[in-house]
Amino acid sequence: MLINAYLLLAAVLFCIGVYGVLARRNGVLVLMSIELILNSVNINLVAFGAWWGAQQPCGAAQGCAATIGPVFALFVITVAAAEVGVGLALVLMLYRNFKSIDIDQVDSMKG
Amino acid sequence: MTNAPTYLPEYIMFGLIASSMVVAAVRVVTTKNVVHAALWLVLVLGGVAGLFILLASEFTAITQVLVYIGAIVVLFLFGIMLTRAPLGKSADLDNNVAQRIVGALVGLSLLGVMVYGLVNRWSDQKIELVGSSTRQLGQTTEQISDSIFSTYLVPFEVVSVLLLAALIGAIVLARRD
Repeated sequence: MLINAYLLLAAVLFCIGVYGVLARRNGVLVLMSIELILNSVNINLVAFGAWWGAQQPCGAAQGCAATIGPVFALFVITVAAAEVGVGLALVLMLYRNFKSIDIDQVDSMKG
Repeated sequence: MTNAPTYLPEYIMFGLIASSMVVAAVRVVTTKNVVHAALWLVLVLGGVAGLFILLASEFTAITQVLVYIGAIVVLFLFGIMLTRAPLGKSADLDNNVAQRIVGALVGLSLLGVMVYGLVNRWSDQKIELVGSSTRQLGQTTEQISDSIFSTYLVPFEVVSVLLLAALIGAIVLARRD
């Protein structure tokens, strides 16, 4: 399997996510598009981890460098969970203060 | 030829998963129904878990299903409910046409740059997983936990503290006072 198959799929998902962030106006949908972006990065990380493991197979000894791919993907998943928690709390505050989660209406700081 | 590894099942599964993921991702950013967007997102996240299985990284795949589909999508659905979004179609989810065109242009140009870079650099590299065990690939749960709790212990603790901070921050932001 060409590694580019995974990398190009991740690039397509990333760009769909970027389009979603720019084109959506609803706060929850913007957060969903950010999830798409983070997931495409995870595909890249795990694909490179597997590629590394296929290049330099791990022996019986401890400390295999190829585990960095999945380990880093796990960290990204954790950070994404934290991001969604805080982001949805912010969206709830928006709803409470503006009675709408339209992020275009949050322009109090506009000069 | 009998001993040559066959990659056909991998290709078929990858094609199925990848095409359904792209369709579902496009639906996430274009659908007019907020709840449907969350459900299409489930399809994308499940597809990512399937790709992790294809890459022999089973622990990451299980974590993906547990954390994303089990927790984050439920969180999204709660957010949709608590902000009292209309359950049917709604017309005001997208920006106006000019902003959408700009968004599409930014996305497409970014895609062009990335595709050029990736094809230029990586088109001769292959992941040849058939024939090597999960342990050789460094993807077993044992190896991953070993390296989390030895080599990457400090980043792991930092991530734990970050989660705690995000938890407290979310409670502080969302409580009524």
